[in-house]
Amino acid sequence: MMGFGPVKPEINEPVFHAEWERRVLGLTLAMDACGLWNIDILRHTRECFPADVYWSVPYYDLRIEAHIKAMIARGLITEAEILAGRMQAPPKPVKAVLTPEKVGPVLAKGSAYIRATEAKPLFKIGDRVKARNLHPEGHIRLPGYLRGKTGEVVRYHKAHVFPDKNAHGKGENPQHLYAVRFKARDVFGANNDDELQADLFEPYLEAA
Amino acid sequence: MPHDAHDHDGHSELSPIALRVKALESLLVEKGYVDPAALDVLIDTYETKIGPRNGAKVVAKAWTDPAYAKWLKEDATQAIESLGFTGRQGEHMVALFNTPEIHNMVVCTLCSCYPWPVLGLPPVWYKSPPYRSRAVIDPRGVLAEFGVTLPEKTKVSVWDSTAEVRYLVIPMRPANTENLSEEELAGLVNRDSMIGTRLAGRVA
Repeated sequence: MMGFGPVKPEINEPVFHAEWERRVLGLTLAMDACGLWNIDILRHTRECFPADVYWSVPYYDLRIEAHIKAMIARGLITEAEILAGRMQAPPKPVKAVLTPEKVGPVLAKGSAYIRATEAKPLFKIGDRVKARNLHPEGHIRLPGYLRGKTGEVVRYHKAHVFPDKNAHGKGENPQHLYAVRFKARDVFGANNDDELQADLFEPYLEAA
Repeated sequence: MPHDAHDHDGHSELSPIALRVKALESLLVEKGYVDPAALDVLIDTYETKIGPRNGAKVVAKAWTDPAYAKWLKEDATQAIESLGFTGRQGEHMVALFNTPEIHNMVVCTLCSCYPWPVLGLPPVWYKSPPYRSRAVIDPRGVLAEFGVTLPEKTKVSVWDSTAEVRYLVIPMRPANTENLSEEELAGLVNRDSMIGTRLAGRVA
């Protein structure tokens, strides 16, 4: 995908560019601590906005709108309540409400994504693998530009929560995760020896 | 959802998005989902505590302590955690060492994954379509936009952060810095050099 113009780094960029961006960061992180969804559900929600919206709306707008969509879908709030800025229906129960004392520990803990699995990894470092030509309707973490391309396994990251299932509330279904190295020559027709790596889940790969 | 990009915070007139976020905050607080005091702590954490100075300490230590550099190569998550940097959006870390032969550069083409505990919140350009789309297909062109031209013999190695593993680039130590302390060296580690879009050194 191209045509978005040059990268424009801002020297001495502030962490936030407006007060509402600060509030969006705080609100979204606080809502994430309520135990209502996982990171994959949110990413998928964000990526389901129409492409023209997804590629043109600034980050913090999209971030808050995805959370709003997720909250409305779970009956926590309604669009009418946002427009009114007032509660019109009683709150739904949530698993936890983030308190100031818990912020430090919750952020420091994060959430680990490595999981135990009995399945043995199909590939090992040095193996040649080909990215499958997958076009699912749902969530996926295989970049489109790598479909059908062949590369080499360079790192094994253990088994991780599989976003393709987790994003749809279908459980964690851990899958082995590998960093696979591709030649820029093979992927983009580059005329140099540059290379690129992507972290790919085992179901995205076949032996080459 | 698209709206006037102007923001009038601090003035009497708020932009539509600022008004919408304000209304949402009142609603979430009224419904008891959000504790306003927690919001202030969250914002302050990412504005003043968790940022690229953390990553700079990791890099300076790697430059001055070969045993630490080795640990960082083998188990970045543990090595970084030993300095107190851990948690959300940095649960699984990998350190990539730049050398005269290889220049590593990190992008997340699918969203904007970034190692928060060591670099803080990502800059606007990292989250924006120009970088996300071009870092993989034209990394040398992107580097040029940061004022960086690498020798042709240096291989550019781009890491597309497509899962929950987060990458920290360890830039090359600048020349003629043998007499600097670890703290002084950390001052030479700019944020972008830890993403791989600049070299270490002061940014003009």
